[in-house]
Order: sequence, then structure tokens, then C-alpha cells
Amino acid sequence: MNKKIIATTSLAGCFGCHMSILDIDERILDLIELVEFDKSPIDDIKKFTQPVDIGIIEGGCCNSENTQILKYFRENCKILVSLGECAIMGGLPAMRNGIPIQECLNEAYLDGPTVQENHEHIIPNDEELPLLLDKVYPCHEVVKIDYFLPGCPPRADLIWNALYALITENPMEMPYEVVKFD
Amino acid sequence: MTIKQEINQNAFGNDKNRLMDILLSINETQGYISRKNMLDLSQKLGISMAQVQETVSFYHFFSSKPRGKYNIYLDNSITAVMNGRAEVKEAFEQCCETSFGNVSRDGLFGLFNTSCIGMNDQEPAAIINNKIFTHLTPYRVKHLVEDMRAGKTTDELMYENFGDGNNADPDVKSMVSNHIRKKSIILKKDYIPFTFLTTKLKEYTPGDIVAEIEASNLRGRGGAGFPTGMKWRFGRRTEGKHRVIICNADEGEPGTFKDRVLLTEYADLVFEGMVVAAYATGSDIGLLYLRYEYRYLLKFLNRKLTEMRKNHFLGQNIGGVQGFNFDIRIQSGAGAYVCGEESALIESLEGKRGEPRDKPPFPVEKGYLGYPTIVNNVETLATAVKILHHGAEWYAGFGTKDSLGTKLLSISGDCRFPGIYEVEWGTTIREIIAMSGAENVQAIQVGGPSGMMIGMKDAGNMDNSELMKWYKPSGMMIAEKFFDRKLSYSDLPTGGSIIIFNNHRDLLGEVVMNFMDFFIEESCGSCSTCRNMPIIMKNKLRKILDGHGIRKDIYDLLNWGKVLKASRCGLGQTAGNPVLSSIFHFRHLYEQRIQSLTQFDSGFNLDEATKETKKYVHRKPVFHHFKTSETWKDQ
Repeated sequence: MNKKIIATTSLAGCFGCHMSILDIDERILDLIELVEFDKSPIDDIKKFTQPVDIGIIEGGCCNSENTQILKYFRENCKILVSLGECAIMGGLPAMRNGIPIQECLNEAYLDGPTVQENHEHIIPNDEELPLLLDKVYPCHEVVKIDYFLPGCPPRADLIWNALYALITENPMEMPYEVVKFD
Repeated sequence: MTIKQEINQNAFGNDKNRLMDILLSINETQGYISRKNMLDLSQKLGISMAQVQETVSFYHFFSSKPRGKYNIYLDNSITAVMNGRAEVKEAFEQCCETSFGNVSRDGLFGLFNTSCIGMNDQEPAAIINNKIFTHLTPYRVKHLVEDMRAGKTTDELMYENFGDGNNADPDVKSMVSNHIRKKSIILKKDYIPFTFLTTKLKEYTPGDIVAEIEASNLRGRGGAGFPTGMKWRFGRRTEGKHRVIICNADEGEPGTFKDRVLLTEYADLVFEGMVVAAYATGSDIGLLYLRYEYRYLLKFLNRKLTEMRKNHFLGQNIGGVQGFNFDIRIQSGAGAYVCGEESALIESLEGKRGEPRDKPPFPVEKGYLGYPTIVNNVETLATAVKILHHGAEWYAGFGTKDSLGTKLLSISGDCRFPGIYEVEWGTTIREIIAMSGAENVQAIQVGGPSGMMIGMKDAGNMDNSELMKWYKPSGMMIAEKFFDRKLSYSDLPTGGSIIIFNNHRDLLGEVVMNFMDFFIEESCGSCSTCRNMPIIMKNKLRKILDGHGIRKDIYDLLNWGKVLKASRCGLGQTAGNPVLSSIFHFRHLYEQRIQSLTQFDSGFNLDEATKETKKYVHRKPVFHHFKTSETWKDQ
């Protein structure tokens, strides 16, 4: 069996979902027998080097760059998986939805209690900086997403089961324990 | 008297259950309810600040911020939109120099949108400081605003041409017209009010009256159609220190205005109905919940009650029956559609937020202040008197087998004669179109937004039977194929709202969107389904209208509509109906707009999404790490 190619990225997320991927512990050795990583923060490959089988997306879209990377993934991956609450529903970053952008920026750079030493009252505006979107979008509101793995973060067992099922093209085992969150 | 003094020695006995009245009086004298007022009230009434705040914030006509000297509430129901609301709105904004939702800089005018005010036959209409102004035009608006700037009172703003009948009564003085177009057994003035009460009541035992009403098979006229006799029997059976009769005059369903006409012209009949219902159920407390929009009738109705007391139709030993004591109080609402739901109405009567209660217990078991409570629609009570006067047998001569008697219809929209029609059950849609003088009819909305839309062309090729199993509307929007359907509880049940749309109307973009806005505005926010789903469905519909729709979107809408059935009350359960019924009956309108060959379109538009940010940063996003095959519009 050829190795499946996997790519991952973290958009407006906290990398918690990637940490959860690492939580599969020693099974990572089994995994590496089955897959090869392409563009991913895990191996630090920046650009796709080949067509990818499974793209794993952590985090929603909060700025223009997020949407572009997401689209880049969609074009290069056969299957896209939304991993975790932020990718599926916007998550914590989406709490800013409904607050005007100017207010968010003021709070972050000028008025917030943790702002220190910004005496010139600068709101960063380098041309390299991506533009904030009017709200944080879940990934499926931007591109088509094939599978959703819930959780904050999704449990390592859930990720493992899902990946294993996808790679071996078997039905996924989803016992109650791995999708209950109370 | 200052507000502070008023709270200190208010007329409502520092009763926390009368919080609505206290707030209404403060709101009326001061124009708003300040934080200080709320704090004073909470101490005075022995409730928490949060309890006062939650009530104030719930109702549309209460404000915690100063509003204008003249507050203009412009109706935004669909018929207003169809009759030139946009121009009137613009005229108000120009003349008052402010925008809707705001108060002008000089504090003179407050402009606000409001849900249907029950004037659908005379739109566009507005409430200005409790007075109703109908048939507004940009020209009239200009003069109104000039007069207001000159400091005239709302009474002086009106021309002296008042509406017909009691609208010209010195205690009403309103330009509202009744537009009674067709009379049958309820509206015919062949009965002198209180005849039954004075002459026949003592011949009946309460059980006889319940039996007579049950024999007549009278069903609630508010829309749900619960058998009235059964409700009375249940109420009678439940033990309680007091029992309560409530007349529900919170007619909020867009398109209905029959209760307004009944209360204007047939108030005696309605009140007699309450007394009779009280006798039948052994009640001693009577409440009429009058929606805020009809507050211009309050003085008139209170006069009627005073007259009744003078004539011993209220008070002790009514109708010569020893020990039958009953009185009626009128409670004003403060603007909330959901308060038409009986348990929400009771909450509101107790001075709380109008959020529906969990059932059971039903109001007949545990209602107002915990007493057994019978809530009846205005029309039901008026009908009950006529039935008792003429007998159930006589009543059975009208209507159809499963729906006896008549129904008051409030017909509005694209027709020559909008107004009140009393028709027998069993009348077909085609007959309604003919009698109201409507032409080129595209669709009929039966039962208001929570109802159904019926129209010319049906989806035909679609098999909806599976979906229809769970879809139980309280009315509908109908396509022409179904114009021979009959108004009845088994076929087309309705609370009385009939809105007609002609061929020129944009059913989805104009009508359905307006109805969805209505539900979004009026949701009490208690259930997350009803709080969120109408917004999500509206966004989806917007996406389809914007040309980004795919076939899956239609199925999404149908499936999401099911989720709403989990809501606690009828508002939430029917909030998806404008979309669902238009999909059922006007599937072709959706099919025309979707991209049939596209598999996926999220409708996401980066240009649109970064618009706000671009205003501040004055640049476009830069993408140079990697290029995608498709170029962004920005680049």
C-alpha cells in the first residue's frame, strides 16, 4: 500500500489540536508507517510538494491570509478535515463576532488593561499584515469541508480512529467515550 | 408630581405583579425608565434590580435611555412595505433629521421601527405618542413633522376626520377605520349586548353553559383552535382560591386586526362574553390583556367597564345570581408578539418578561398567580355570547361539519377592499379573492407569517408528502392550485390573517425576508433554536437570493426547519414557516435562483468580508507567500 500524504495547518487556532495529534503517543510510530507528511508545521514544509490525500485544518478564518491558505489547501487536498471547535464553529476567536473591528483593535492595542508602552498609540498596519475579516468564519463557510472532528481539542483517540479509518478506507470507530465532552 | 413621588405613592399598591403598570406610567410621563427609577422600584417592590431590568429590556416600547418628545413607531409589516413604507420612512428621516433607531439631536423626535401594529388595511401606519396615524404619505409626513416642530399635541396633529363608528368616540378620537365589509352572525347587530346576562343567565347553571358551548363545538379563534367548552370545563374542575378569566387581546400576528375592530365596535359583547365565561367557570378575576399598540382604546374600554359596573353587569351578584362576583381589569402590554402565547401573556400580566412557561402545568391548572386560568381570544368570547343567546343548534347551521360557525378574517394586501370579513367556515380561497376584489393573485398568506403561503404555481414535480408529515403549520402561503381549499380546522386553519400578494411582488426577497425579520425581532430569546435558527435560515435565503445558492441549500433549509420544532412555544415552532411553506408551494422560485450545476458555493466573498477593515487600514491584503490558481478579486 502506498503511503497516504497528509498536510496540516493551524489557522485561527491555538495549536491545541496539533498538540492533540501528538497525543497519540507511541502510535505516531504506527502512523509514520502509514503516512507521509507534506506541508505541515510538524515538519515545517511551507509549500505543497505533491498532491495531498488528507488535509487537516485547525482553526477558523479570522483574516485574509487564513482564507487564502484554506483555499490553497482545498486546491491541493483530496479530503479536507475540520479539526476541533474553532475550525468547525469559529470557537473562542469568534467571540469577537458582533464587535466592530475598530473596537477590537482599540482594545488590543490602545485601551486594553494589558497594553503597555504603546505611547504613540500605534495600531500595527504594516502592509505584510493580513486584513481582519468582518467576523471569524468557520472553515466550511469558506470552502467545502468533507469531515468534521469535534472537540476542544478533539481527543487523540478520536483523531487516531478517524485518520486510521480514512487511511485504511474503513468505517470509523466512534465509541461514545471519544465524542462526549462533559 | 415627580417620578420619585409617583413611585413612592403609586396607585398600584407597591404590588410587584403590577410592575408593568408602574413601568408604563413612568415611561409615559418621563419618556423613559432611568437606572435610578429601576433602583427605586426594586427597593420599593422588594424585588431585585435584575428583575426590574429584565422586564424593562424585554418590551419594545420601554426604553432605558431617553427617547424623543415625539416618538414615532413606524410599522414594518409586509403590507406597509407594499404600500410605500420606504418613501414614508425616508420622509421621516429627512424631516426629523435623524435615522431610524435613533433620537434626533434636539431630542424632539425618536424614530423607531415596530412590528405589525394591527393596521394592515390602512398602511403605512405609525404610532406617534400612543396615537395611530394611518395612510401616511411623504407629503403628510412633512406636515406632521412641521406641526410637531411647532409644538402641537398629538390630538392637534390629527385632522378632525375620525374613523367610522366608535373611532370618533370622544374617548377614542382616532383616524383608524373599521372597514367592516361582510357581516354574519357575530357582527350583525341583531343583539342588544347584556340581554343574555340580564334575562337568561340565572336560568342556567354554570354546567349548562359549559354544556351548551361544548355542544356548539366552538373552538378557540386565536389560531390554535382548542375547544372552548373543554377549556372551560377543565378550568372549572381545577380547585383554586380564585379562578381567572383572561381575554387575550394581544393580537400580534402580522395581518390580523379583527380584535381591534371587535374591541372598538363590539366591546360590550366581548365583556359580556368574559362575564359569561366567568360564570361558567366560577371565576372572580377578569383580565383583558390589551396590546400596547391598541392603547388608544384604553380610555374608551375603561369607560365601558365603568358603565358595566354602574349597571351591575360587574361587581356583586351579577345578573341576579347570588354569589356571582366578578370584575374586569384591563392590563396594557408594552410591545411583544410572544405575549399572545397564553403562558407568556400570564407572565407579562404578573409583571415579568413575556417568556412562555414550560407546560404542563397548563394555565387551566396553574395560571395567573398560580390560580386556574382560562385564556380566551376576543373573538371566541364574543362568539360564545351569540351562541348562548341563540342556542347551539342554531349555531350548527353555519359552517362545515368539523368547523361550525363563522370566522372573522382580516384581509389585507393587494386587493381593492381590505378589511374585516365575517365568513362561514368552509369558504374557499377563491371566494375570498373574489369578495376582496383581488386580481392577478400570485400568492395568499393564510394565518400570518407563522402560517403558510399559497400561490399560483405549485412545485408540482416535487414530492412533499414525506415532509408534510412533520410540517404542521397554523396556516399557510397558498399556490393557485390550492385556491379551492377551504378555511376550516381540518384543511386551512387560520387565526384570521389573510394577506394577498399579486404577480408583481417578489415573494422571497420581499415577503419571506420581511417575515423572517419579524421572527428574528420578536423571538424572546429563551430557546436557542428560535433565537438562532431564523437568523441562520435568513442568511441562507439571502445567499440563495444573491445567486450563491446550490441545491443542498434548499435541503438544508428544509432540514433546519425541523430543528425549530424543539422550541418551547408556538413562535419558535413556526418561525421557519415562511421559508418552509414558500419552499413547499413556490419551489420553482428557489430552483430558478440556485446554480443547478454547482456542487459547492459557500458564498464567501473576501472583498465583502474585509470591507470594514479596509476602511481603517487603507490598503488591500497582500498575498505573496504562494499563489492559488484562482486569483482573488483584490489582487
